[in-house]
Amino acid sequence: MGGSFFGEKFTSMCLNAGTSSFADLVASCAPELLPGAGHAVDPAAAAALPHGTTIVAIRFADGVVMAGDRRATAGNMIAQHDIEKVLRSDDFSCVGIAGVAGIGLELVRLFQLELEHYEKLEGRTLSLEGKANRLSAFVRGNLSAAMQGLVVVPLFAGFDEDAGQGRIFSYDATGGRYEERPFHAVGSGSVFARGALKKLYTDGMSTDDAVLLCMHALYDAADDDSATGGPDLARQIFPVVAVITADGFRRLTEAEAGESARAVVQERMSSPGGPVAPLRPPA
Amino acid sequence: MPFYVSPEQAMKDKADYARKGIARGRSGVVIQYDAGILFVAPNPSGALHKISEIYDRIAFAAVGRYNEFENLRKAGVRYADMTGYQYDRSDVTARGLANWYAQVLGSIFTESNKPFEVELVVAEVGESEAADQIYRITFDGSVAEEHGYVAMGGQADRVAGVLKDHYADGLTLERALGAAIAGLSGNGEELSAGGLEVGILARERTHRTFRRLTGARLESLLDEAKGQG
Repeated sequence: MGGSFFGEKFTSMCLNAGTSSFADLVASCAPELLPGAGHAVDPAAAAALPHGTTIVAIRFADGVVMAGDRRATAGNMIAQHDIEKVLRSDDFSCVGIAGVAGIGLELVRLFQLELEHYEKLEGRTLSLEGKANRLSAFVRGNLSAAMQGLVVVPLFAGFDEDAGQGRIFSYDATGGRYEERPFHAVGSGSVFARGALKKLYTDGMSTDDAVLLCMHALYDAADDDSATGGPDLARQIFPVVAVITADGFRRLTEAEAGESARAVVQERMSSPGGPVAPLRPPA
Repeated sequence: MPFYVSPEQAMKDKADYARKGIARGRSGVVIQYDAGILFVAPNPSGALHKISEIYDRIAFAAVGRYNEFENLRKAGVRYADMTGYQYDRSDVTARGLANWYAQVLGSIFTESNKPFEVELVVAEVGESEAADQIYRITFDGSVAEEHGYVAMGGQADRVAGVLKDHYADGLTLERALGAAIAGLSGNGEELSAGGLEVGILARERTHRTFRRLTGARLESLLDEAKGQG
């Protein structure tokens, strides 16, 4: 058991907290454990910390797909080849993070706990809007750190059981929450990814098509953004792809993601710019 | 009303008071089976729970005064989530939680006018049956490690006697449920799915192992248990 941490104040908080929010509990017991908690950082130095990426999310017939590349950069160096930036937050939602990797991952970890904690205390899961709202508060809590260069920008997606469809939410550094329809991308490569999505997206895609589209969009992002990594066929490192439907969250296996990524690479051998959208509507 | 009460008398009064309160309610049963740990309690209410999840492999069962043990349940969830967050998920143990509950209940027993009329069981499902742990924490903060089965509250001694006859290591879920029901239906009353709260810690599940057994699943299990019993 921990030392002085589990003292009287902690015990009293546990018995009397009166809140189902895990983040609030941490803030009252041990605020130094919260990500981005009041550390003064020189913005120039912040650039030398590992950053992510590109994250894309698209609605499809059965729900929503989110995919993220695997590269983390620190300045002009690649800090990690296989970082996972799309993470399950609960059975019906996921979060992708762009920005400072260390803080982003801690933020998601805290968010996962927040959702689980609420569920255990209250005996029910939060609505999708409720979850999106809580994430908003977390991002806002990071604002002072963000102003000093420790920016974290999440992309949140989930299956809304009431609405019977997938939904996507983006955030700005102040915690502002924006619902995105029917697709979105965040991160340094998001501009390029969004261009690809705009030209290739159609409503009501199948799962396989939606995954393939994400792979193409990430490939295009990696093509033009040095901070986004393309599929690494040598090391067998592929984008993390999460599919969320009425049946819940499922992350594609390495084999499945690999198959889709390889299909994209193969196609690009003959058509480096990717699938071409028709310029004029059919006659 | 005397001006002075000896500490021994005060403690004895508190203990008697708590024991009476706990004995007044219904019993609960915690019993090991081959694939995990089973929790059974008579409970007609669908909203108020006596059996709950605390953490990945840890569950909580209580008898006694509802608002008191509900408070302890929430505190336990907070303790577990904080420990897991500060260290790692694998660092949250039933033993640590039981010790913490003992501390809390002990303080309440000594320092407040009215002790909590509760008895708690905290259980953790391990990688194998030998690694399962069950702890019983009483109203005054005593902790005991239990093996095989625990009868709590109500007519605990009588229930434990019935369980002893039915229990063996490596029971199937149906047999374990049958044993629990046999113990709990003391007055010859029929316990149906609607009047029972049943939960399990299932060894083979990943991440969160606690599951409630309700509805059709519980009914068919009860039928099988009766058939084999």
